[in-house]
Amino acid sequence: MVVDWVLVLEWVVKSILLVFILLTGFAYTTFYERKLAALIQLRIGPNRAGPGGWLQPAADGVKLIFKEEFTPAEAYKFVFVLAPIITVVPAIVIMAVVPWGDMVNLFGRMVPLYLADINVAVLYILSVASVSVYGIVLAGWASNNKYAMLGGLRSSAQMLSYELALGLAFIGPILIAGSMSLMDIVEAQRNVWFIVYQPLGAIIFYIAMLAEVNRAPFDMPEAEQELTAGYHTEYSGMKFSLFFMGEYIKMAAVSGIFASLFLGGFRGPFVDQLPGLGPLYFFLKIVASLGVMIWIRATMPRLRYDRLMAFGWKVLLPLALLNVLVTAVVIVALGL
Amino acid sequence: MNGELILFFVLAIVAISAALGMLFSRNAVYSALFLILNFATVAVFFLLLGAPFIAMAQVTVYAGAIMVLFLFVIMLLGAEQIQHQARRGWQRPLAMLLTLVLLAESAYLIFTRSDVLTVLQPAAADYGSPQSIGMLLFSEYLLPFEVTSILLLAAMVGAIVLVKEDKKSGGQK
Repeated sequence: MVVDWVLVLEWVVKSILLVFILLTGFAYTTFYERKLAALIQLRIGPNRAGPGGWLQPAADGVKLIFKEEFTPAEAYKFVFVLAPIITVVPAIVIMAVVPWGDMVNLFGRMVPLYLADINVAVLYILSVASVSVYGIVLAGWASNNKYAMLGGLRSSAQMLSYELALGLAFIGPILIAGSMSLMDIVEAQRNVWFIVYQPLGAIIFYIAMLAEVNRAPFDMPEAEQELTAGYHTEYSGMKFSLFFMGEYIKMAAVSGIFASLFLGGFRGPFVDQLPGLGPLYFFLKIVASLGVMIWIRATMPRLRYDRLMAFGWKVLLPLALLNVLVTAVVIVALGL
Repeated sequence: MNGELILFFVLAIVAISAALGMLFSRNAVYSALFLILNFATVAVFFLLLGAPFIAMAQVTVYAGAIMVLFLFVIMLLGAEQIQHQARRGWQRPLAMLLTLVLLAESAYLIFTRSDVLTVLQPAAADYGSPQSIGMLLFSEYLLPFEVTSILLLAAMVGAIVLVKEDKKSGGQK
């Protein structure tokens, strides 16, 4: 077997670039959230570090690195250290199948602007998302603290419940595009975004996605008033910031998936002529989706836990099933 | 081919150690974690065999859904620490006997009918793709597929009926 070293190099460079963008993007997502939430709530937000507060994420990072790392004496040490890692890794690897552009000509070589275009991309996303539950559950258990434990259990029940609606919301775009590859799904949205054909599916997906990443109003696992800080009560320093990082990278990742499924991904005006515009459009769509998430967090109160479960099972899941049924019937009836 | 063989042996070692770890771990949560590792390794085996659909389904269904529920129950009941329980005398010899029977059966099959195992048709190009699996499920294997669906539906209804509160006796028991 002849190994194409240039191809290997290309993959390595793209992977490192993606990881680097996600890791720095995470810091500025927190800044974006604090600034935007401040704007919505008529506050000023961080404005001390650097001009306009733009160095705030760096200052936060330095602070977290120098904080004391504390491990409770009664904790299950190995799992306690493992849990933050299990939280961050799925958040990063899930972006591997999301395309952020078409082919571009770089140094006389056609380079595709995606890591992997696999025919089971949607299933890959679902399986990685389902594995990401473990980080939170194990953190709750390994801390050996009843608040952490309750937070972990709550989140596992919540994420399992909303995963079903999330999985069903995937089916609409798959049916229309006739493929599970995200590249094909984006390609099928060349003329019309799927949010036009699938408004209900898009709304269900967005709600379920908020619950998957434990964002307000579904931030039940870390409800401060009842569970101190939920699953990461006992975590401090860099271990805590890994959970923080996991949450914000997941926000960006699910926004990217949402943009690919319903907002046309990297498609936009003049992308065919200038493929370099693809990543820019994709980035703008992610920023818009993140903005809506922050807007929701800044305005909505948290749901009560039983209401949250009832909403997931009795409203979201039947609606998602109905959406699949209607989509399938319409596609067969129109003979697409 | 050589790289694939090395990968196979590394994965096999991981899978077997995970299975052993699951059996010998004194803590039920660690056992569950070893089992998840085992499932993940099996998923990679499926990838090696060129069946990405089954690999993803394996991770989603077993590692992602079923094992989360297992962990959930283990943690909720606080059953993670196995106490030094009373010996169930008859179980160990029985388990050994059954294992020996199983081993003998597989050895018999492998040595006497090895010809059956080797004549595998080379897989088609789109073998294991979502489309081909869907077509097979809804044409050749429609009846088993529907029977499985009904079975799962029955289990689901059963679970709901079992936990349903009895309205007549006023709910709380």
